[in-house]
Amino acid sequence: MMSPHTIDVCQVLRSAVNQNYGNLLTRDTGMAVRHQIERELAANREGGITSLDFSSIGMMDYSCADEVVAKLLVLLQNDDITRGGYVVFCGIGEEHLELVESVLTHHGLALVCLCDDGCARLIGRASDAERRAWEMVRIRGHAAPAELADEFGFGEEIVARVLDDLSRRRLVRRNSTGFIALDVPDTVQ
Amino acid sequence: MNVITVPGSLDDQTFESVLEQIAKLPVDARLLVDARNTTWASPYGLTALLTLAQTREEKPQFFPPEKEDTASYWSRANFFRYADDLFEIKGRVPSQRTERESTTLLEITPVSKSDDVHTVVERIQSKAAHIITQNLHLESRAVLGFAMTLSEACQNIVEHAGRGGWVAVQNYNYRKRMGRHVVQIAVCDAGIGIRQSLESGNRRPLTDRWDDGQALETAVMQGMSRFPDHGRGQGFKGIRGYLGKWSGKLAVRSGTSRVAIVPPWDDDVPRRDHLSPMPGTQLLIMIPEKVER
Repeated sequence: MMSPHTIDVCQVLRSAVNQNYGNLLTRDTGMAVRHQIERELAANREGGITSLDFSSIGMMDYSCADEVVAKLLVLLQNDDITRGGYVVFCGIGEEHLELVESVLTHHGLALVCLCDDGCARLIGRASDAERRAWEMVRIRGHAAPAELADEFGFGEEIVARVLDDLSRRRLVRRNSTGFIALDVPDTVQ
Repeated sequence: MNVITVPGSLDDQTFESVLEQIAKLPVDARLLVDARNTTWASPYGLTALLTLAQTREEKPQFFPPEKEDTASYWSRANFFRYADDLFEIKGRVPSQRTERESTTLLEITPVSKSDDVHTVVERIQSKAAHIITQNLHLESRAVLGFAMTLSEACQNIVEHAGRGGWVAVQNYNYRKRMGRHVVQIAVCDAGIGIRQSLESGNRRPLTDRWDDGQALETAVMQGMSRFPDHGRGQGFKGIRGYLGKWSGKLAVRSGTSRVAIVPPWDDDVPRRDHLSPMPGTQLLIMIPEKVER
Protein backbone atom coordinates (compact mmCIF):
# COMPACT_ATOMS: atom_id res chain seq x y z
CA MET A 1 0.00 0.00 0.00
CA MET A 2 1.26 3.44 -0.94
CA SER A 3 1.59 5.80 2.02
CA PRO A 4 1.14 9.52 1.49
CA HIS A 5 4.23 11.62 1.01
CA THR A 6 5.05 13.34 4.30
CA ILE A 7 6.89 16.59 4.88
CA ASP A 8 8.15 17.17 8.41
CA VAL A 9 7.61 20.93 8.81
CA CYS A 10 10.08 21.11 11.70
CA GLN A 11 12.80 19.56 9.56
CA VAL A 12 12.00 21.99 6.76
CA LEU A 13 12.17 24.84 9.28
CA ARG A 14 15.59 23.77 10.48
CA SER A 15 16.99 23.42 7.01
CA ALA A 16 15.29 26.52 5.55
CA VAL A 17 16.50 28.95 8.17
CA ASN A 18 19.58 27.00 9.18
CA GLN A 19 18.88 27.16 12.90
CA ASN A 20 18.18 24.62 15.54
CA TYR A 21 14.80 25.70 16.83
CA GLY A 22 11.34 24.32 16.30
CA ASN A 23 9.38 27.55 16.52
CA LEU A 24 7.38 28.81 13.57
CA LEU A 25 7.86 32.51 14.23
CA THR A 26 8.15 35.61 12.05
CA ARG A 27 7.07 36.29 8.50
CA ASP A 28 10.57 35.88 7.07
CA THR A 29 10.86 32.41 8.55
CA GLY A 30 7.39 31.49 7.30
CA MET A 31 8.26 32.61 3.80
CA ALA A 32 11.47 30.56 3.77
CA VAL A 33 9.64 27.47 5.07
CA ARG A 34 6.81 27.86 2.55
CA HIS A 35 9.19 28.21 -0.37
CA GLN A 36 10.89 24.96 0.59
CA ILE A 37 7.55 23.18 1.05
CA GLU A 38 6.46 24.45 -2.36
CA ARG A 39 9.57 22.96 -3.92
CA GLU A 40 8.92 19.61 -2.26
CA LEU A 41 5.24 19.69 -3.25
CA ALA A 42 6.15 20.42 -6.84
CA ALA A 43 7.84 17.03 -6.97
CA ASN A 44 4.66 15.34 -5.75
CA ARG A 45 2.03 16.99 -7.92
CA GLU A 46 -0.23 15.20 -10.37
CA GLY A 47 -2.98 14.63 -7.85
CA GLY A 48 -0.92 13.12 -5.05
CA ILE A 49 -1.59 13.74 -1.37
CA THR A 50 1.11 15.23 0.81
CA SER A 51 0.90 15.18 4.56
CA LEU A 52 2.36 18.24 6.27
CA ASP A 53 3.45 17.16 9.73
CA PHE A 54 3.49 19.89 12.40
CA SER A 55 3.92 17.56 15.37
CA SER A 56 7.47 18.75 16.23
CA ILE A 57 6.64 22.44 16.02
CA GLY A 58 6.89 24.31 19.32
CA MET A 59 5.68 27.90 19.18
CA MET A 60 3.76 29.48 16.34
CA ASP A 61 2.68 33.04 15.62
CA TYR A 62 0.10 34.57 13.27
CA SER A 63 2.62 36.00 10.81
CA CYS A 64 4.35 32.69 10.30
CA ALA A 65 1.09 30.72 10.15
CA ASP A 66 -0.16 33.17 7.55
CA GLU A 67 2.88 32.47 5.37
CA VAL A 68 3.15 28.72 5.89
CA VAL A 69 -0.51 27.71 6.01
CA ALA A 70 -2.67 30.38 4.39
CA LYS A 71 -0.42 31.40 1.52
CA LEU A 72 0.37 27.79 0.71
CA LEU A 73 -3.35 26.98 0.47
CA VAL A 74 -3.98 30.03 -1.71
CA LEU A 75 -1.23 28.88 -4.07
CA LEU A 76 -2.63 25.35 -4.22
CA GLN A 77 -6.16 26.56 -4.86
CA ASN A 78 -5.00 28.77 -7.68
CA ASP A 79 -3.14 25.88 -9.27
CA ASP A 80 -4.51 23.92 -12.20
CA ILE A 81 -7.10 21.57 -10.71
CA THR A 82 -6.18 18.76 -13.12
CA ARG A 83 -2.60 18.51 -11.93
CA GLY A 84 -2.09 20.20 -8.57
CA GLY A 85 -1.48 18.17 -5.44
CA TYR A 86 -3.48 17.87 -2.25
CA VAL A 87 -2.32 18.65 1.25
CA VAL A 88 -3.45 17.19 4.56
CA PHE A 89 -2.22 18.82 7.75
CA CYS A 90 -1.37 16.67 10.74
CA GLY A 91 0.14 17.11 14.18
CA ILE A 92 -1.42 20.53 14.74
CA GLY A 93 -2.03 20.43 18.49
CA GLU A 94 -5.16 21.80 20.14
CA GLU A 95 -3.11 24.75 21.37
CA HIS A 96 -2.28 25.78 17.78
CA LEU A 97 -5.62 24.96 16.19
CA GLU A 98 -7.26 28.17 17.33
CA LEU A 99 -4.47 30.27 15.81
CA VAL A 100 -4.52 28.34 12.52
CA GLU A 101 -8.30 28.53 12.37
CA SER A 102 -8.20 32.29 12.89
CA VAL A 103 -5.69 32.72 10.04
CA LEU A 104 -7.80 30.53 7.75
CA THR A 105 -10.99 32.40 8.60
CA HIS A 106 -9.26 35.70 7.88
CA HIS A 107 -8.60 34.48 4.33
CA GLY A 108 -11.84 32.51 3.87
CA LEU A 109 -9.82 29.29 3.60
CA ALA A 110 -10.21 25.78 4.97
CA LEU A 111 -7.96 22.76 5.31
CA VAL A 112 -8.17 19.09 6.17
CA CYS A 113 -6.49 18.27 9.44
CA LEU A 114 -5.74 14.77 10.70
CA CYS A 115 -6.29 14.84 14.46
CA ASP A 116 -4.53 12.80 17.13
CA ASP A 117 -7.43 10.31 17.14
CA GLY A 118 -6.78 9.63 13.45
CA CYS A 119 -9.99 11.37 12.39
CA ALA A 120 -9.94 14.02 9.68
CA ARG A 121 -11.50 17.39 10.49
CA LEU A 122 -12.36 20.33 8.30
CA ILE A 123 -10.79 23.46 9.82
CA GLY A 124 -11.44 27.05 8.77
CA ARG A 125 -14.16 28.70 6.74
CA ALA A 126 -16.69 26.49 5.00
CA SER A 127 -20.44 26.79 4.51
CA ASP A 128 -22.82 24.45 6.31
CA ALA A 129 -23.53 22.70 3.01
CA GLU A 130 -19.80 22.27 2.34
CA ARG A 131 -19.22 20.89 5.82
CA ARG A 132 -22.10 18.41 5.45
CA ALA A 133 -21.03 17.20 2.04
CA TRP A 134 -17.39 16.96 3.13
CA GLU A 135 -18.38 14.92 6.20
CA MET A 136 -20.49 12.56 4.10
CA VAL A 137 -17.55 11.90 1.77
CA ARG A 138 -15.22 11.48 4.75
CA ILE A 139 -17.45 8.84 6.33
CA ARG A 140 -17.82 6.90 3.07
CA GLY A 141 -14.23 7.42 1.86
CA HIS A 142 -15.56 7.75 -1.68
CA ALA A 143 -18.93 8.95 -2.97
CA ALA A 144 -20.66 10.08 -6.13
CA PRO A 145 -23.23 12.92 -5.99
CA ALA A 146 -26.09 10.52 -6.78
CA GLU A 147 -25.27 8.43 -3.69
CA LEU A 148 -25.42 11.47 -1.43
CA ALA A 149 -28.43 13.27 -2.92
CA ASP A 150 -31.10 11.67 -0.72
CA GLU A 151 -29.28 12.16 2.53
CA PHE A 152 -28.18 15.64 1.53
CA GLY A 153 -31.76 16.57 0.73
CA PHE A 154 -31.27 19.06 -2.08
CA GLY A 155 -30.94 16.86 -5.15
CA GLU A 156 -28.02 15.51 -7.07
CA GLU A 157 -27.26 18.71 -8.96
CA ILE A 158 -26.78 20.75 -5.80
CA VAL A 159 -24.61 18.07 -4.15
CA ALA A 160 -22.50 17.88 -7.28
CA ARG A 161 -22.00 21.66 -7.20
CA VAL A 162 -21.01 21.64 -3.52
CA LEU A 163 -18.58 18.76 -4.08
CA ASP A 164 -17.12 20.56 -7.08
CA ASP A 165 -16.49 23.58 -4.89
CA LEU A 166 -14.83 21.38 -2.27
CA SER A 167 -12.69 19.81 -4.95
CA ARG A 168 -11.66 23.26 -6.27
CA ARG A 169 -10.70 24.16 -2.71
CA ARG A 170 -8.72 20.89 -2.60
CA LEU A 171 -10.66 19.59 0.38
CA VAL A 172 -11.76 16.43 -1.47
CA ARG A 173 -10.24 14.73 -4.51
CA ARG A 174 -12.14 14.12 -7.68
CA ASN A 175 -11.78 11.03 -9.83
CA SER A 176 -13.74 9.55 -12.73
CA THR A 177 -16.39 7.97 -10.48
CA GLY A 178 -16.89 10.59 -7.80
CA PHE A 179 -15.12 12.28 -4.91
CA ILE A 180 -12.57 10.86 -2.48
CA ALA A 181 -11.79 11.95 1.07
CA LEU A 182 -8.23 13.21 1.54
CA ASP A 183 -7.46 10.93 4.47
CA VAL A 184 -7.92 7.89 2.24
CA PRO A 185 -4.59 6.38 1.12
CA ASP A 186 -3.71 6.78 -2.54
CA THR A 187 -4.37 3.10 -3.34
CA VAL A 188 -8.13 3.50 -2.81
CA GLN A 189 -8.50 5.66 -5.89
CA MET B 1 22.59 72.18 29.53
CA ASN B 2 18.94 71.24 29.86
CA VAL B 3 18.24 69.10 32.90
CA ILE B 4 15.52 66.51 32.40
CA THR B 5 14.31 65.04 35.67
CA VAL B 6 13.33 61.39 35.61
CA PRO B 7 10.42 60.75 38.03
CA GLY B 8 10.94 58.72 41.18
CA SER B 9 8.83 55.93 39.79
CA LEU B 10 9.28 55.51 36.05
CA ASP B 11 6.56 53.73 34.07
CA ASP B 12 4.50 54.31 30.94
CA GLN B 13 2.40 56.98 32.64
CA THR B 14 5.17 58.94 34.36
CA PHE B 15 7.43 58.73 31.32
CA GLU B 16 5.10 61.34 29.82
CA SER B 17 6.58 63.90 32.23
CA VAL B 18 10.03 63.22 30.72
CA LEU B 19 8.64 63.84 27.24
CA GLU B 20 6.87 67.01 28.40
CA GLN B 21 10.20 68.42 29.59
CA ILE B 22 11.84 67.63 26.27
CA ALA B 23 8.97 68.77 24.04
CA LYS B 24 9.94 72.41 24.16
CA LEU B 25 13.60 71.78 23.31
CA PRO B 26 15.11 71.48 19.82
CA VAL B 27 16.29 67.99 18.85
CA ASP B 28 19.94 69.05 18.98
CA ALA B 29 19.64 70.58 22.46
CA ARG B 30 22.11 69.13 24.97
CA LEU B 31 20.29 67.13 27.66
CA LEU B 32 21.26 65.96 31.08
CA VAL B 33 18.89 63.17 32.04
CA ASP B 34 18.84 63.04 35.80
CA ALA B 35 17.67 59.73 37.28
CA ARG B 36 19.44 60.18 40.62
CA ASN B 37 16.18 60.19 42.57
CA THR B 38 14.53 57.40 40.64
CA THR B 39 13.88 54.40 42.80
CA TRP B 40 11.77 52.16 40.55
CA ALA B 41 11.38 51.62 36.81
CA SER B 42 9.18 49.34 34.77
CA PRO B 43 10.47 47.60 31.62
CA TYR B 44 8.59 50.27 29.65
CA GLY B 45 10.38 53.04 31.54
CA LEU B 46 13.83 51.56 30.90
CA THR B 47 13.33 50.74 27.23
CA ALA B 48 11.69 54.13 26.62
CA LEU B 49 14.71 55.90 28.15
CA LEU B 50 17.03 54.11 25.71
CA THR B 51 14.67 54.89 22.86
CA LEU B 52 14.59 58.53 23.88
CA ALA B 53 18.38 58.74 23.71
CA GLN B 54 18.27 57.28 20.18
CA THR B 55 16.15 60.23 19.05
CA ARG B 56 18.65 62.89 20.12
CA GLU B 57 21.21 64.39 17.79
CA GLU B 58 23.59 65.09 20.68
CA LYS B 59 24.39 62.23 23.03
CA PRO B 60 22.61 63.14 26.30
CA GLN B 61 24.40 63.03 29.64
CA PHE B 62 22.94 60.67 32.22
CA PHE B 63 22.98 60.57 36.01
CA PRO B 64 22.15 57.01 37.13
CA PRO B 65 19.97 56.30 40.18
CA GLU B 66 21.73 56.95 43.48
CA LYS B 67 19.92 54.19 45.31
CA GLU B 68 22.13 51.14 45.14
CA ASP B 69 19.31 48.60 44.76
CA THR B 70 17.80 50.55 41.90
CA ALA B 71 21.08 51.00 40.04
CA SER B 72 21.87 47.36 40.62
CA TYR B 73 18.51 46.28 39.17
CA TRP B 74 18.97 48.54 36.14
CA SER B 75 22.33 46.94 35.64
CA ARG B 76 20.92 43.41 35.87
CA ALA B 77 18.21 44.42 33.42
CA ASN B 78 20.98 45.29 30.90
CA PHE B 79 20.10 48.98 30.93
CA PHE B 80 23.65 50.26 31.35
CA ARG B 81 24.99 47.80 28.80
CA TYR B 82 23.13 49.68 26.07
CA ALA B 83 22.92 53.07 27.77
CA ASP B 84 26.69 53.22 27.65
CA ASP B 85 26.54 53.74 23.87
CA LEU B 86 23.58 56.08 23.89
CA PHE B 87 24.30 58.31 26.90
CA GLU B 88 27.36 59.90 28.36
CA ILE B 89 27.03 58.31 31.78
CA LYS B 90 28.15 60.46 34.69
CA GLY B 91 29.38 58.56 37.73
CA ARG B 92 29.83 54.89 38.47
CA VAL B 93 27.31 52.22 37.66
CA PRO B 94 27.24 48.75 39.21
CA SER B 95 28.74 46.00 37.11
CA GLN B 96 26.33 43.43 35.79
CA ARG B 97 26.37 40.51 38.20
CA THR B 98 25.38 37.26 36.68
CA GLU B 99 25.64 35.00 39.70
CA ARG B 100 22.41 36.20 41.26
CA GLU B 101 19.23 34.65 39.95
CA SER B 102 17.41 37.48 38.27
CA THR B 103 13.65 37.85 38.53
CA THR B 104 13.77 39.52 35.16
CA LEU B 105 12.09 37.39 32.54
CA LEU B 106 13.94 39.01 29.70
CA GLU B 107 16.60 41.66 30.16
CA ILE B 108 16.57 44.60 27.77
CA THR B 109 17.34 43.06 24.39
CA PRO B 110 17.86 44.81 21.07
CA VAL B 111 15.54 43.84 18.22
CA SER B 112 16.19 44.75 14.61
CA LYS B 113 15.80 41.58 12.55
CA SER B 114 13.78 38.36 12.47
CA ASP B 115 16.53 36.31 14.09
CA ASP B 116 16.36 38.60 17.13
CA VAL B 117 12.68 37.67 17.55
CA HIS B 118 13.56 33.97 17.55
CA THR B 119 16.31 34.60 20.09
CA VAL B 120 13.96 36.55 22.35
CA VAL B 121 11.28 33.86 22.32
CA GLU B 122 13.77 31.05 22.84
CA ARG B 123 15.43 32.79 25.75
CA ILE B 124 12.17 33.42 27.52
CA GLN B 125 10.46 30.11 26.79
CA SER B 126 11.22 28.05 29.87
CA LYS B 127 11.12 30.94 32.35
CA ALA B 128 7.83 32.19 30.89
CA ALA B 129 6.17 28.81 31.27
CA HIS B 130 7.05 28.80 34.97
CA ILE B 131 5.99 32.40 35.65
CA ILE B 132 2.73 32.13 33.73
CA THR B 133 1.58 28.94 35.41
CA GLN B 134 3.09 29.45 38.89
CA ASN B 135 2.94 33.23 39.42
CA LEU B 136 0.05 34.27 37.20
CA HIS B 137 -1.83 30.99 37.81
CA LEU B 138 -2.90 30.80 34.19
CA GLU B 139 -3.47 27.54 32.35
CA SER B 140 -0.48 26.11 30.51
CA ARG B 141 -2.11 26.90 27.15
CA ALA B 142 -1.51 30.58 27.98
CA VAL B 143 2.23 30.02 27.49
CA LEU B 144 2.03 29.51 23.71
CA GLY B 145 -0.14 32.60 23.36
CA PHE B 146 2.37 34.54 25.40
CA ALA B 147 5.17 33.58 23.01
CA MET B 148 2.95 34.52 20.07
CA THR B 149 2.19 37.90 21.66
CA LEU B 150 5.86 38.60 22.33
CA SER B 151 6.82 37.54 18.82
CA GLU B 152 4.18 39.70 17.12
CA ALA B 153 5.01 42.70 19.30
CA CYS B 154 8.72 42.43 18.42
CA GLN B 155 7.96 41.92 14.74
CA ASN B 156 6.34 45.32 14.73
CA ILE B 157 9.87 46.72 14.98
CA VAL B 158 11.30 44.40 12.32
CA GLU B 159 8.51 45.00 9.82
CA HIS B 160 7.60 48.63 10.36
CA ALA B 161 10.00 50.72 12.44
CA GLY B 162 12.79 51.16 9.94
CA ARG B 163 15.37 50.99 12.73
CA GLY B 164 16.16 48.78 15.70
CA GLY B 165 14.39 48.93 19.03
CA TRP B 166 14.26 47.24 22.42
CA VAL B 167 12.23 44.63 24.23
CA ALA B 168 12.14 43.80 27.94
CA VAL B 169 9.88 41.52 29.97
CA GLN B 170 9.46 41.54 33.72
CA ASN B 171 7.30 39.82 36.27
CA TYR B 172 6.53 41.90 39.35
CA ASN B 173 4.00 42.55 42.04
CA TYR B 174 1.82 45.38 40.80
CA ARG B 175 0.93 46.78 44.21
CA LYS B 176 0.01 50.24 42.94
CA ARG B 177 -3.19 49.13 41.27
CA MET B 178 -3.88 45.51 41.99
CA GLY B 179 -1.69 43.92 44.63
CA ARG B 180 -1.15 41.02 42.26
CA HIS B 181 1.58 39.72 40.04
CA VAL B 182 1.73 40.95 36.48
CA VAL B 183 3.99 40.22 33.57
CA GLN B 184 4.86 43.30 31.59
CA ILE B 185 6.22 43.29 28.05
CA ALA B 186 7.65 46.55 26.75
CA VAL B 187 8.65 46.96 23.12
CA CYS B 188 9.94 50.41 22.18
CA ASP B 189 11.47 51.83 19.04
CA ALA B 190 12.39 55.26 17.74
CA GLY B 191 11.51 54.43 14.14
CA ILE B 192 9.09 56.03 11.73
CA GLY B 193 5.98 55.45 13.84
CA ILE B 194 2.62 54.04 12.83
CA ARG B 195 1.28 57.08 10.98
CA GLN B 196 4.28 57.34 8.67
CA SER B 197 4.37 53.57 8.24
CA LEU B 198 0.78 53.54 6.94
CA GLU B 199 1.42 56.59 4.76
CA SER B 200 4.51 54.93 3.25
CA GLY B 201 2.33 52.12 1.91
CA ASN B 202 -0.44 54.49 0.76
CA ARG B 203 -2.66 52.86 3.36
CA ARG B 204 -4.09 56.04 4.80
CA PRO B 205 -7.87 55.58 4.95
CA LEU B 206 -10.04 58.01 2.97
CA THR B 207 -10.90 60.37 5.75
CA ASP B 208 -10.56 64.12 6.31
CA ARG B 209 -9.22 63.56 9.78
CA TRP B 210 -5.80 61.99 9.80
CA ASP B 211 -3.43 62.20 12.72
CA ASP B 212 -1.40 59.92 14.99
CA GLY B 213 -4.53 58.88 16.90
CA GLN B 214 -6.39 57.89 13.74
CA ALA B 215 -3.33 56.02 12.50
CA LEU B 216 -3.14 54.10 15.79
CA GLU B 217 -6.83 53.20 15.67
CA THR B 218 -6.43 52.07 12.06
CA ALA B 219 -3.41 49.86 12.77
CA VAL B 220 -4.08 48.55 16.27
CA MET B 221 -7.86 48.26 16.34
CA GLN B 222 -8.67 47.66 12.67
CA GLY B 223 -5.56 45.64 11.83
CA MET B 224 -4.44 47.75 8.87
CA SER B 225 -0.81 47.43 7.82
CA ARG B 226 1.29 49.36 5.32
CA PHE B 227 1.40 46.21 3.20
CA PRO B 228 -1.56 45.66 0.86
CA ASP B 229 -1.28 41.88 1.33
CA HIS B 230 -4.58 40.61 2.82
CA GLY B 231 -2.78 38.45 5.38
CA ARG B 232 -1.05 41.39 7.03
CA GLY B 233 -2.26 43.09 10.19
CA GLN B 234 -3.22 39.87 11.98
CA GLY B 235 -0.52 40.39 14.62
CA PHE B 236 -2.38 43.04 16.59
CA LYS B 237 -5.60 41.05 16.18
CA GLY B 238 -3.87 38.04 17.69
CA ILE B 239 -2.45 40.08 20.56
CA ARG B 240 -5.86 41.61 21.28
CA GLY B 241 -7.46 38.17 21.26
CA TYR B 242 -4.88 36.77 23.68
CA LEU B 243 -5.13 39.70 26.07
CA GLY B 244 -8.93 39.59 25.91
CA LYS B 245 -8.82 35.98 27.03
CA TRP B 246 -6.51 36.59 30.00
CA SER B 247 -7.75 40.04 31.00
CA GLY B 248 -4.56 41.70 29.83
CA LYS B 249 -3.83 45.27 28.85
CA LEU B 250 -2.41 46.68 25.63
CA ALA B 251 -1.31 50.28 25.16
CA VAL B 252 0.37 51.56 22.02
CA ARG B 253 1.89 55.03 21.79
CA SER B 254 3.07 56.59 18.57
CA GLY B 255 3.83 60.22 17.81
CA THR B 256 1.49 62.33 19.92
CA SER B 257 -1.22 59.74 20.63
CA ARG B 258 -1.79 56.59 22.58
CA VAL B 259 -4.52 53.97 22.35
CA ALA B 260 -5.19 51.32 24.96
CA ILE B 261 -7.33 48.27 25.49
CA VAL B 262 -8.20 48.74 29.11
CA PRO B 263 -9.20 45.71 31.22
CA PRO B 264 -11.62 46.12 34.15
CA TRP B 265 -8.78 46.16 36.72
CA ASP B 266 -7.18 49.28 35.24
CA ASP B 267 -8.32 52.90 35.05
CA ASP B 268 -6.35 53.97 31.99
CA VAL B 269 -8.19 55.75 29.16
CA PRO B 270 -8.75 54.13 25.75
CA ARG B 271 -7.28 57.00 23.79
CA ARG B 272 -5.14 60.05 24.49
CA ASP B 273 -4.21 62.67 21.90
CA HIS B 274 -2.06 65.82 21.93
CA LEU B 275 0.65 64.19 24.01
CA SER B 276 4.23 65.41 23.80
CA PRO B 277 5.80 64.02 20.63
CA MET B 278 7.95 60.90 20.70
CA PRO B 279 9.31 59.31 17.52
CA GLY B 280 8.57 55.65 16.79
CA THR B 281 6.17 53.27 18.49
CA GLN B 282 6.06 52.11 22.10
CA LEU B 283 4.05 49.07 23.13
CA LEU B 284 3.04 48.07 26.61
CA ILE B 285 1.47 44.71 27.35
CA MET B 286 0.41 43.57 30.83
CA ILE B 287 -0.91 40.16 31.79
CA PRO B 288 -2.25 39.92 35.36
CA GLU B 289 -2.31 37.09 37.83
CA LYS B 290 -5.58 35.20 37.79
CA VAL B 291 -7.51 35.48 41.03
CA GLU B 292 -10.30 33.05 41.82
CA ARG B 293 -13.46 34.89 42.85
